[in-house]
Amino acid sequence: MNLSAELVNFAYIISAALFILGLKMLGHPDSARRGNLYSAVGMALAIIVTLLADSIVSFEVIALATLGGTVVGALAARLVAMTSMPEMVALFNGSGGAASLLVGWAALYDEILGTSAPSTFILVTIILSILIGGVTASGSLIAYAKLAERMTTAAIVFPGQRVVNSLILVGIVGSSVMFCLEPALGSQWFWVLLALSLVLGVMAVIPIGGADMPVVISLLNSYSGLAACAAGFAIGNNLLIVAGSLVGASGIILTNIMCKAMNRSLANVLFSGFGAAKAATKVEGEVKPIVADDAFLILEAAQSVTFVPGYGMAVAQAQHVVRELGELLEKNGAEVNFAIHPVAGRMPGHMNVLLAEANVSYEQLVEMDDINPRLPNTDVVVVIGANDVVNPAAREDENSPIYGMPIINVDHARTVFVLKRSMGSGFSGVDNPLFFKENTRMLFGDAKQSISALVAEFKS
Amino acid sequence: MEAVFLSFILMLSIFLGFELISKVPATLHTPLMSGANAISGITVLGALVAAGANNSEMATWLGGASVFFAVINVVGGYMVTDRMLAMFRKKPTGDAA
Repeated sequence: MNLSAELVNFAYIISAALFILGLKMLGHPDSARRGNLYSAVGMALAIIVTLLADSIVSFEVIALATLGGTVVGALAARLVAMTSMPEMVALFNGSGGAASLLVGWAALYDEILGTSAPSTFILVTIILSILIGGVTASGSLIAYAKLAERMTTAAIVFPGQRVVNSLILVGIVGSSVMFCLEPALGSQWFWVLLALSLVLGVMAVIPIGGADMPVVISLLNSYSGLAACAAGFAIGNNLLIVAGSLVGASGIILTNIMCKAMNRSLANVLFSGFGAAKAATKVEGEVKPIVADDAFLILEAAQSVTFVPGYGMAVAQAQHVVRELGELLEKNGAEVNFAIHPVAGRMPGHMNVLLAEANVSYEQLVEMDDINPRLPNTDVVVVIGANDVVNPAAREDENSPIYGMPIINVDHARTVFVLKRSMGSGFSGVDNPLFFKENTRMLFGDAKQSISALVAEFKS
Repeated sequence: MEAVFLSFILMLSIFLGFELISKVPATLHTPLMSGANAISGITVLGALVAAGANNSEMATWLGGASVFFAVINVVGGYMVTDRMLAMFRKKPTGDAA
């Protein structure tokens, strides 16, 4: 069956509608799974009609590549641990970028070998598709290596970095112009452009510290969409443009949310390694430790309990016992919530997925802005593996590096338990005055063991 | 004229994208990202045409490689998103084991 171009494009309209509907249904956890399915159906439809179009005449390479991609994608999706989701999304971003780069490159052959000379507009879009695709691909690999700790997670900065980056940009613009003036296959300007795109991706991500990676994967997510957009322009395909810009918009919104949650501007994240260190005011005071027995008595009497998880909880694999403790508290008549800071995990929404995996109902997951007004009426807050996101220095100490960052105001609650292995400080090395507050009790020890001890007390 | 037409579509979809995505709750931001990964695999359409049109040998191979990467995105993205969304439940239902 050979479908005409017109019919194919009609089918693309249906696909676009399904993508849009799918994203709309992602607006609520109840409908989200069905929305994802609609989106997948839209994709399947688009792929099938494209294969049936009369422009496709040979299928051997397609079959082989599809099989390979399906196996790799399916295995990755099945096997990845939820804690490793940021690494996988980084790799997927990279693979999207690589695909756009290659489509742009292939389009170049079609254009230059074609009957008429390629227009400058087409050449520019092809170059954009290769450039954005290349930056996304190599940048994502570096982001992956940093997230998976295959390389140093610290920001890599060296003298003259901006000069080098500026030269790379000048080189990219220069080689693009030269290539547009004399488009030819095997032109050295093309290779320069390709190489510099990949180098730019590396250079863009290495100066960004590990703690800022949530911003970077959101941004690369957006780039992978923009790369698809550019490829859409290069081959004149509407659906690529629509889908690509939906993804681009999504990445930009998430980038913005992450930046706001860390009280940093995007430029600040991208161009300066973390901690142009202002020294936080050292807080003096004495911590008040508490043992599990006493913590149990307070929790037993509590009417409302809010857990504030940080990534440390996931590292300790404590989410299951935390959920169990939450259920016991609910049986005991308390109202139980989980307050999630936007940067609690290692990517946007990561903590929510980790808790959902541990069977916490999504109705109990409360966003920062919704929980803060309720905290003054909360009996007990339990902070597990979180530090900066509950640090009152962000409100009170103008010298603190995190000053101005929105936090969960746990110190407003009646009692705060902070679970901590020992006295140390979080990733940015700031001192946390929360530990010295009148209503704070430190429950020292391994988070998982401490919570398990509380669970055991409730059961006995 | 084609450039104008395509840019028009781009402009409208960007506005639509911002409207749609800003309504996704923070709880679902990770599935949103992996779902976006899957959608950005839409490049597969261009890749299929490049790999199957038999225009030149080089374009076929570049297209083939592109199909491979884009299919990883499509298949992996939708599957992992579904796996995550299946975990978002209303009432706790025993241990996930």
